Amino acid sequence: MKKLISTITMLAATSAIGMQAHAQSRDYINIVGSSTVYPFSTVVAERFGKSTQFKTPKVEATGSGGGIKLFCQGIGVQFPDITNASRAIKSSEVDMCKENGVKGIVEVLIGYDGIVIGNSANAKQLDLSRKDLFLALAKEVPDPKGGETLIENPYKMWSEVNPSLPKRKIEVLGPPPTSGTRDAFVELVMEEGCKEIDWIANIEKQSKAESDATKSKQLKNKFKGICHTVREDGAFVEAGENDNLIVQKLNANPNALGIFGFSFLDQNIDQIQGSAIDGQAPTFESIADGAYPVSRPLYFYVKKAHVGMIPGIREYLAEFTSKKTAGEEGYLTDKGMIPLSEDKLDAVREKVESLTTL
Amino acid sequence: MTNSNGTLSTAEKVNKSLQKRYRAEKRFRAYGISAIAFGLLCLVVLFTDIISKGHSAFFQTYVKLDITFDPTEMGVDDPTDANQLATADYDSLIRNALKEQFPEASGRRDRRALYAVVSNGAAFTLREQLKENPQLLNQTVPMWMLADDDIDTYVKHRDDAQGDTFAGRISEKQMGWVDTLIDNNQVESRFNTTFFTSGDSREPEQAGILGALVGSLLTLVVTILLSFPIGVAAAVYLEEYAPQNKFTDFIEVNINNLAAVPSIIFGLLGLAIFIGFFEMQRSLPLVGGLVLTLMTLPTIIISSRAAIKAVPPSVRDAALGLGASKMQMVLHHVLPLAMPGMLTGAIIGFAQALGETAPLLMIGMVAFVVDIPGAITDPATALPVQIFLWSDSPERAFVERTSAAIMVLLAFLISMNTLAIWLRRRLERRW
Repeated sequence: MKKLISTITMLAATSAIGMQAHAQSRDYINIVGSSTVYPFSTVVAERFGKSTQFKTPKVEATGSGGGIKLFCQGIGVQFPDITNASRAIKSSEVDMCKENGVKGIVEVLIGYDGIVIGNSANAKQLDLSRKDLFLALAKEVPDPKGGETLIENPYKMWSEVNPSLPKRKIEVLGPPPTSGTRDAFVELVMEEGCKEIDWIANIEKQSKAESDATKSKQLKNKFKGICHTVREDGAFVEAGENDNLIVQKLNANPNALGIFGFSFLDQNIDQIQGSAIDGQAPTFESIADGAYPVSRPLYFYVKKAHVGMIPGIREYLAEFTSKKTAGEEGYLTDKGMIPLSEDKLDAVREKVESLTTL
Repeated sequence: MTNSNGTLSTAEKVNKSLQKRYRAEKRFRAYGISAIAFGLLCLVVLFTDIISKGHSAFFQTYVKLDITFDPTEMGVDDPTDANQLATADYDSLIRNALKEQFPEASGRRDRRALYAVVSNGAAFTLREQLKENPQLLNQTVPMWMLADDDIDTYVKHRDDAQGDTFAGRISEKQMGWVDTLIDNNQVESRFNTTFFTSGDSREPEQAGILGALVGSLLTLVVTILLSFPIGVAAAVYLEEYAPQNKFTDFIEVNINNLAAVPSIIFGLLGLAIFIGFFEMQRSLPLVGGLVLTLMTLPTIIISSRAAIKAVPPSVRDAALGLGASKMQMVLHHVLPLAMPGMLTGAIIGFAQALGETAPLLMIGMVAFVVDIPGAITDPATALPVQIFLWSDSPERAFVERTSAAIMVLLAFLISMNTLAIWLRRRLERRW
């Protein structure tokens, strides 16, 4: 028993020493951030690990906001080198970075992602407008009788929203508010649809024109409150972060619509179909040329101070921005990413080579 | 029949109610049986679902192609030079072989579709082959290569889609090519060794469970080495030495409370202490093990105390009476007798730790890690995390791999529980 106890103490001590020694260095790239960029980032990381002598980078999906928070905590091996984001970094976040000593941040635009509103391939394909979607999914909508008043969303059927739509129950499966896909859906679909109602759009205009800061903010909050609040009476179902689950549920229920990233449509094209938004079907081409209205840019951010400190960052950047990766025929397009145009990609590559910071 | 008062005698009362009591007895047994039947039914449904979805993941489709190791095409003149081998273009060899076999694929789109038949991991297989056998240069040899996951899915489900057409992510042309390959006996289904020998990958056909398995094992080793001795020491002190006062009562209440705290709280605690304060890196099995130690300690302390309590006081009295010191009494008599009970409790705690994802999420072990960890300070994931990550992947072929990973996790758990039973049987002493 004595021997056992002393061995255990020794083991614990050695592991503690090993940990201490390890805290000083790290030989793999540490990537955090958006779960939308994760599928692309991991493919590049894997290829990079297999084709170079560097270790495979570690990629963690923490969400865009969570990733930037970790990224901005400081300079040093225990902090991530790269953070993925499905939106541009906010100025408040850049300030937070600066406070912690993270000054040189290189922004890399890698491509676009489309958000799809789809249903089972066995059902009829829908042609929706963003206004239809706003009216069907907002918590409060303008009184259909007219006037500038809001009422609790009364619509139960798509045909009540817009007579040209089928007489089918409104049932939409979507991601929870923690998801970047949800943020983008609210901003790109709900808000845009909301703006098509003149008197609500006026609130935003007034807010911008208002010189008094507090009043302006009040109006802006009012506008956001109307446009960004999703109904909670069962017509919109939060189906969790797992997009695969949404796809499976759509298969089981041909009446339901789902909200998910384009890569899931691309991978399950035999089971689900994307609804046309404002007359544009979500296809690779329509997202790439900007005709499909619901798409967002994908970025990642690199700490300049870590280049040279952690081996392989420069090479990883070169791999990610090369034509065979992010180009129009690159392997990321096979995974459903919508690529940049050739000129844009060239510009990005130049920026990365010179490590131009924000 | 009735006595003088007109009431029933005791025996009569009993006889009268006997039928009712028998029925109640039968019903009571039926409740028990139906509860077990319900449990078994759930288990059967779960297992059939997992196994029917996952069994196909243990087989992987391979495609045979005649590969010509053309030095000019690859850009290799010396096959013993590791640098040249690393940078050589193996994809073009595979492409040439495919083009030769299917010259009808001429357009850009068709070519791309044709190249997609073989997994992009095949190039790395060719590199390994050439490294081992440098004399292959300039030769044409038939080689078995990994098929792409979409092709694999097609080959696996080709037969069950009879009547209506197979609807997967595969074009009609690709189907035609694969059918030709099958007719030429150039397609083979083999046991999926990749699944057990490699780490995670974004290409389902190259993805394996070993990285997660090793990660789980390393985390568990840290947990066992720390939580068992600490837990047992705490239990021994509390049972054998500690005075009964308000302070020890307070400690006891706290331990019982901690055992019921949701595991995510321990994750947050680990994040704050080990990563925030001690500045350890994220995603390390060491940190994971420390967090899971915190989580399992209460369980181990409680079960160890119960086991120590169950040792009859007569054993202690006899040892002390024969002149043993208190330490000798504990180490020579109480601990060996309590060991089976303590081990059972500990192993239940470890099995729980093995299935935990929530605390690992907080400390960054829910990550994409390709390299198989070699030490507790290499980044790693764990089995349940791998299952979670695969279930969230868009590629269809990950569905079967998710179920296969669940089977591996179940096998791990079953072997741990078997070990617990075996240890208990072996160490158990009767008095």
